[in-house]
Amino acid sequence: MTELTKLTIAEAREKLRAKEVSATELTKAFIDAIETANPSINAYVLQTPELALSQAKESDKRLKAGDARPLEGLPLGNKDLFCTKDVRTTACSKILDDFKPTYESTVGSNLWNAGAVMLGKLNCDEFAMGSSNETSAFGPVVSPWRRKKDGKTTTDKLVPGGSSGGSSAAVSANLCLAATATDTGGSIRQPAALTGTVGIKPTYGRCSRWGIVAFASSLDQAGPIAKTVRDAAIMLRAMASHDPKDSTSVAAPVPDYEMALAQGVKGLRVGVPKEYRVEGMSKEIEKLWQDGIAWLKAAGATIHDISLPHTKYALPAYYIVAPAEASSNLARYDGVRYGLRVPGKDLIDTYENTRAAGFGKEVRRRILIGTYVLSAGYYDAYYLKAQKVRTLIKRDFDDAWKSVDVVLTPTTPSPAFGFGEKTGDPIAMYLEDIFTVTVNMAGLPGISVPAGLSSEGTPLGLQLIGKPFDEATLFRAAQAIEDAAGRFVVEDRWWAGTTAKTGAKKAGSKSK
Amino acid sequence: MRVDETTVRRIARLARIKISDAEAKGLEQELSGILNWVEQLNQVDTSTVEPMTRVVPIELTKRADVVNDGEIADDVVKNAPMVEDHFFVVPKVVE
Repeated sequence: MTELTKLTIAEAREKLRAKEVSATELTKAFIDAIETANPSINAYVLQTPELALSQAKESDKRLKAGDARPLEGLPLGNKDLFCTKDVRTTACSKILDDFKPTYESTVGSNLWNAGAVMLGKLNCDEFAMGSSNETSAFGPVVSPWRRKKDGKTTTDKLVPGGSSGGSSAAVSANLCLAATATDTGGSIRQPAALTGTVGIKPTYGRCSRWGIVAFASSLDQAGPIAKTVRDAAIMLRAMASHDPKDSTSVAAPVPDYEMALAQGVKGLRVGVPKEYRVEGMSKEIEKLWQDGIAWLKAAGATIHDISLPHTKYALPAYYIVAPAEASSNLARYDGVRYGLRVPGKDLIDTYENTRAAGFGKEVRRRILIGTYVLSAGYYDAYYLKAQKVRTLIKRDFDDAWKSVDVVLTPTTPSPAFGFGEKTGDPIAMYLEDIFTVTVNMAGLPGISVPAGLSSEGTPLGLQLIGKPFDEATLFRAAQAIEDAAGRFVVEDRWWAGTTAKTGAKKAGSKSK
Repeated sequence: MRVDETTVRRIARLARIKISDAEAKGLEQELSGILNWVEQLNQVDTSTVEPMTRVVPIELTKRADVVNDGEIADDVVKNAPMVEDHFFVVPKVVE
């Protein structure tokens, strides 16, 4: 059964269509794998095996009738930021309590209408605010990856990145074929980089935000985390759509990204921005970047030095814009219409009690920062200033597109870190997003693709940034990197031996 | 920018989040730290720059001003912590 969970989407799709395996068998393999792994990894905050098996049954009917939809019978995980009809949705916050939406997110509907199977809801940082998945009300996610020291594997718990840490851990531990995720400042690309998976944040407006719990509305975008570039291409095509229910979703045709992969990168102009060579950048990240340059060159691309002069201001500007929008979006959690209520002596006291008990520390901190920068007398100095800097960041990219087609950078400044290593200092945690946040500020698409291993034996990723709505070119360039670097999969399935014996036996019996 | 305890309490009140004395002390430090760090934006000359209002240059789409949803009161109150008929129940607001 373990072998089935190791498949990519492209491989599973083929096996399903060739009737070598049924959707029900495939789904059961994942349900078993999750049962075994979740006590150690904590990637799923809610498992929906009954729903999954009923969807799989319908898929088997369609496969048999030769009436398969694009994602027919493919089991996926769904980040708990996506509203799911009649299935608990929490944004991994206590404040949503036992919230069961009466509607499905547009991205979710697109996936299920394309025949995909939902295995359950995936862990994330509370309201997607974090870079390590440590702020979740359901506890942190443990990365399936472990550090190596002196040739030996350590047992230190590493973070899978965040906020989409449940998505990245589940994909890299083979607990789903691929997963939904969201990215406000790097929450798809950073966890993908830290777990050896592929993650793409599409152009702002490419996927509908309808039915996704809002964090910062001018920055939030949905995208997939998958095992390969091809799988990410298949996923994004199914997730993206124009949606009248989200006025910022764009009425542009969604290309067949998978078809684009074969086009290669001959003649593609790749920009390398000098401002991303930050002080104190480790030698291995620098080497990774050089490897990426060499691979793209070898595949026929041309390399160009470029300048994005306002890069260093993206992160501080982000930490004004994002909390400001969050403080406004999260005003809706008042203990009246849904979620938790902690009664007080009057209405205001009820609000204050509810929000104090319902929001975690990082979320409270960001709401307060956002409230401050929007408060009377400070709006111009902070929020307006940050939005002006944002114009300059976007202008940097607009200038770059005159001479290059894509930009290549590292995804993160360092490999995966351990539990608690960055929780004491908010700014140290915020710096995780230093290479990814510019993309959100400018509304551009960005993809992280695995490119190597650190000296600790943990994955590192390279990021490609593209022109608005040119995800197809990103997939092509990412494919060239994947072709050269190969895939990075967890060899040591340590979690399979530490839990329920029944699950371990099943998982072990067929592994090589 | 230094945020003092009075300011922390004022913001918390505006944000409708109750904070304890111990929390107020910690937040003074944390918020001051973050606000000091974002001060570096003052190095950028933005005197002739327009603030960004949209990241992608598209017109917001309009739709006909007609009712296209409704009659779902059961759904609307389904997740509320306290409900009577189709009303949300809150503590008394007017004496």
